[in-house]
Amino acid sequence: MNRTVLDLWVGFFVALGIAALLFLALKVGNLSSAHMSETYVLQAKFDNIGGLKVRGPVKSAGVVVGRIAEIKFDPVSYEAVVTLNVDGRYQFPKDTFASIYTAGLLGEQYVGLDVGGDEKMLKAGDTIAKTQSAVVLEKMISQFLFSKAADGQDKK
Amino acid sequence: MPDDILVDIEDLQFNYDGRPVLQGINMKIPRGKVVAIMGGSGCGKTTLLRCIGGQLRPTGGRVRLEKHQVCEMSEAELYRLRRKMGMLFQFGALFTDMSVFDNVAFPLREHTDMSEEMIRDLVMMKLEAVGLRGARKLMPGELSGGMARRVALARAVALDPMLVMYDEPFTGLDPIALGVIGQLIRKLNDALGATSIMVTHDIHESLLIVDYIYFLNGGRVVAEGTPDEIRASKDPFVHQFVYAEVEGPVHFDYPAPSIRQELLAGVTRV
Amino acid sequence: MFSPASLIRKLGHATVERIWRLGFAARFFVAILRLSGTSFRRLPLTLREIYFSGVLSLLIILVSGLFVGLVLGLQGFETLQRYGSTEALGVLVALSLTRELGPVVAALLFASRAGSSVTAEIGLMKATEQLKAMDMMAVNPIARVVAPRFWGGVVAMPLLAAMFSAMGVLGGWLIGVVFIGVDDGAFWSQMQAGVDWRYDVWNGVIKSFVFGIAVSLIAVFEGYDSVPTAEGVSRAITRTVVTSALTILALDFVLTSFMFRGAS
Ligand SMILES: Nc1ncnc2c1ncn2[C@@H]1O[C@H](COP(=O)(O)OP(=O)(O)O)[C@@H](O)[C@H]1O
Ligand SMILES: [Mg+2]
Repeated sequence: MNRTVLDLWVGFFVALGIAALLFLALKVGNLSSAHMSETYVLQAKFDNIGGLKVRGPVKSAGVVVGRIAEIKFDPVSYEAVVTLNVDGRYQFPKDTFASIYTAGLLGEQYVGLDVGGDEKMLKAGDTIAKTQSAVVLEKMISQFLFSKAADGQDKK
Repeated sequence: MPDDILVDIEDLQFNYDGRPVLQGINMKIPRGKVVAIMGGSGCGKTTLLRCIGGQLRPTGGRVRLEKHQVCEMSEAELYRLRRKMGMLFQFGALFTDMSVFDNVAFPLREHTDMSEEMIRDLVMMKLEAVGLRGARKLMPGELSGGMARRVALARAVALDPMLVMYDEPFTGLDPIALGVIGQLIRKLNDALGATSIMVTHDIHESLLIVDYIYFLNGGRVVAEGTPDEIRASKDPFVHQFVYAEVEGPVHFDYPAPSIRQELLAGVTRV
Repeated sequence: MFSPASLIRKLGHATVERIWRLGFAARFFVAILRLSGTSFRRLPLTLREIYFSGVLSLLIILVSGLFVGLVLGLQGFETLQRYGSTEALGVLVALSLTRELGPVVAALLFASRAGSSVTAEIGLMKATEQLKAMDMMAVNPIARVVAPRFWGGVVAMPLLAAMFSAMGVLGGWLIGVVFIGVDDGAFWSQMQAGVDWRYDVWNGVIKSFVFGIAVSLIAVFEGYDSVPTAEGVSRAITRTVVTSALTILALDFVLTSFMFRGAS
């Protein structure tokens, strides 16, 4: 069996294809940077998650420290159960506060972890006790109007 | 001696979509001979060859090749048997994406583990036999009809088959090329110790080179004999064929109702 | 002339014909898979088909990819500018390409460039009795002719789609960053933050792989099943392009609804 010019072309073609795939994976996608070697699971229950989506970011101090793995509805407590995949390099205290924030006025929603002062750390599978739900715009507006109205009545 | 018969065809029948093409063919083809099958276009000669090769399953009757019942063999068994057969297709059927050399080498490369040097030597011998050793680098598109036929011939005998079938090897050739191919068929048959079945309408060339001739018409064998018997025959069919007469038992039209009937039917439909 | 009865009869006939062909195609697919041993044992056979399907499609794929990227960059910039978020141009271009345009457009081009020529080649081999001759020489044409062409297409398609997407991203970058002046850092960093390699890139690769199987199967089947005349082969080529295009778009819809459901 001999090498032929055709082999050279096919080799060139395959190499170019693989280079394109690598470019897409490394430079376009973030295979290199978002690589979380090991993650552990935390859970948090919210009254209302607003527009939170699976795969959305989990941030602490503005840094992405994990991703939202799953969102379920708990039929017993009528709450949303959010499962978080947290980067194994980071540990958070037991009294960490999980809130749902919005990036910018109309941006995507994410889970923010506000760190408390507890000595003990959260372990894999733990549930975060203290949570704050998403701010729902309609609710906020109606609350605002309601309190205005109440103010007006008081003044009379 | 039954062993002298290489191919034994008994009462072979074949239909295309219910239209009978072969209606009970009986033939015995002896070992080592060149046998011609003759008949008008569309009388089922190609169909008959493909039944012998097992590419078509007949609707009735039997084909025995050596000790094998061709019609009852599985695909795998047929493939094993076909390595011992060669076939020259009506239009050559050379592989258009390969050179002349690669075409002839094809069966060797597919079916043997020979080294490239051995294949080269064998291919050269076959091409030499058909007088085209110098054309080995050409592509099939660059060949004339006669050359293409000779390359196909070299390819058909590449594996030294025991049975070679030729489907109209003479059509579209000038008289000289025709004679060359005719002599080649005879020469190759005797050199290889093979048996040849040749389908053709060229009676004069056939009379020169074959050992036995069958005439087909209407899906049946209507006459048979050695070249001498055929020349002497008084049979009207043979007579028409040998002297290329328009009027005779062979009808050149595709079966149809009479033209009068059909024209009238057209009138009444409108 | 067009009585309702004859119309219904024709419709019924056409439907039965289609279903019949579909069944035959399915059996043909199984036969290809069963007879694929030769394609892998004798790699040069398949390499040759990768050359014809892949290498010869390179130019059209790279050029089209570049132009699609340029257009995406221009249009995307126009729209994003209204919301003052032009640095999101990278995400927009990259997501459009990796998820949808790369696999789909590359597959459409592949069907018309490589698929049609595979159909023509097999159809002409059939029309000139080369397939029958091969069968007579005890060489199975599905193993020797059809399967290598099928696998060549299956291998080439995802690579071509990846090249198309990569070229497109570069085109978007060229327009956005080089010509319009979007910030280079923002372009790439937003892109990297917004494109997930597994979710977006890998799903796109899976799509193009599925399209490669579909187009290659259609191409070899139409060739093998063509009416062995000049007219029959030319009809088969047309059918390859049309059926491939419809199949790609339908499959894309199905795959997209499986892959990108729920999450943003
Ligand atoms: N694939 C086919 N389908 C239907 N009819 C066919 C087919 N091939 C050949 N026929 C018909 O069978 C008859 C015999 O054909 P063939 O064996 O090719 O004749 P010839 O003696 O010229 O070689 C012809 O009348 C032809 O119309
Ligand atoms: Mg014929």
